[in-house]
Amino acid sequence: MTALPLILTVFVACAVEATEALTIVLAAGLTREWRSTFQGMAVALVVLAVVTAVLGPALTLIPLSALRLVVGALLAIFGIQWLRKAILRATGHKSLHDEASAYLREVAAAKAAATQTRRGVRDWYAFTLSFKGVLLEGLEVVFIVLTFGANQRNVGAAAIGAAAAIVVVTVTGIAVRAPLARLPENAMKFAVGIMLTSFGLFWGTEGAGVSWPGHDAALLVLVPVTALVSLGYTTLLRPGRRPQAAPPGGAQAAAPSSKPSPSSKEVAS
Amino acid sequence: MKRLKAIGAFWYDFVVGDDWRVATVVVLALALTAVLVHAAGINAWWLLPVCVFAALGWSLRRATAGPKP
Repeated sequence: MTALPLILTVFVACAVEATEALTIVLAAGLTREWRSTFQGMAVALVVLAVVTAVLGPALTLIPLSALRLVVGALLAIFGIQWLRKAILRATGHKSLHDEASAYLREVAAAKAAATQTRRGVRDWYAFTLSFKGVLLEGLEVVFIVLTFGANQRNVGAAAIGAAAAIVVVTVTGIAVRAPLARLPENAMKFAVGIMLTSFGLFWGTEGAGVSWPGHDAALLVLVPVTALVSLGYTTLLRPGRRPQAAPPGGAQAAAPSSKPSPSSKEVAS
Repeated sequence: MKRLKAIGAFWYDFVVGDDWRVATVVVLALALTAVLVHAAGINAWWLLPVCVFAALGWSLRRATAGPKP
């Protein structure tokens, strides 16, 4: 595989995570205090840098077949979870992840919280909110960069994709000073789920000792097949359904229809 | 203890996610693939994709199934 598909896959996956982190950072910074928000963000970035510095070189020391087996399994599990959520959202069985309403919820919580100075941080709430948001979303970015990069023995290209995504999302966020609510987030998650699942299937199976027909070219079949199966499930689940419990703040509906959905198991997350 | 539980819950949610059955299917299918390849000499490249797509359908069906009357 050349570096370009690797960079593009990592770019899209990381753009989704960066958008979610940006929403939290903006909510903390605009409603509470920027200095503490940046401190929380900086500490989270240091933790992520340490995790990357420790895990990155360690991963490249593992034999490729063992690495592909473990990482393939993880990517497949991860990818199916993304696909599952994206399909449930696209068919109205789960509320769409709406950055605008997520932002409003964070802002309401941030306004209600008391200001507390701790450990030299002026606003502990803004610090922890920003720290947790950046760390949790950042861990997913690190996971994607390291697994894709290590498997292709090209962590540098994966890091370029991730860095580009973070820069694009951050610059856009600074420019509009608002959550990036217009991004087709569910479609992006759907695409990322397809890529993660396909690469997970490919690498996991190779790690188990299989030789794919056509070798790397098998991915050119595996990706469309995964997409077709996912679209098939989306079509099967779509008719006669109505979106469930939209979160406050106006989450969009994906598949409006006349009948209510029987599902009440899935909630927005 | 509370913190340990929280860390465990975070990693479980991070890796396994909403449906542990899907993760179980992936692990079992990979193990079976390895057995078929190394013990029986069968190049079972098709096994994991088939199991994963079936697991996704099963998981979606469970998630969208209504409450039983």
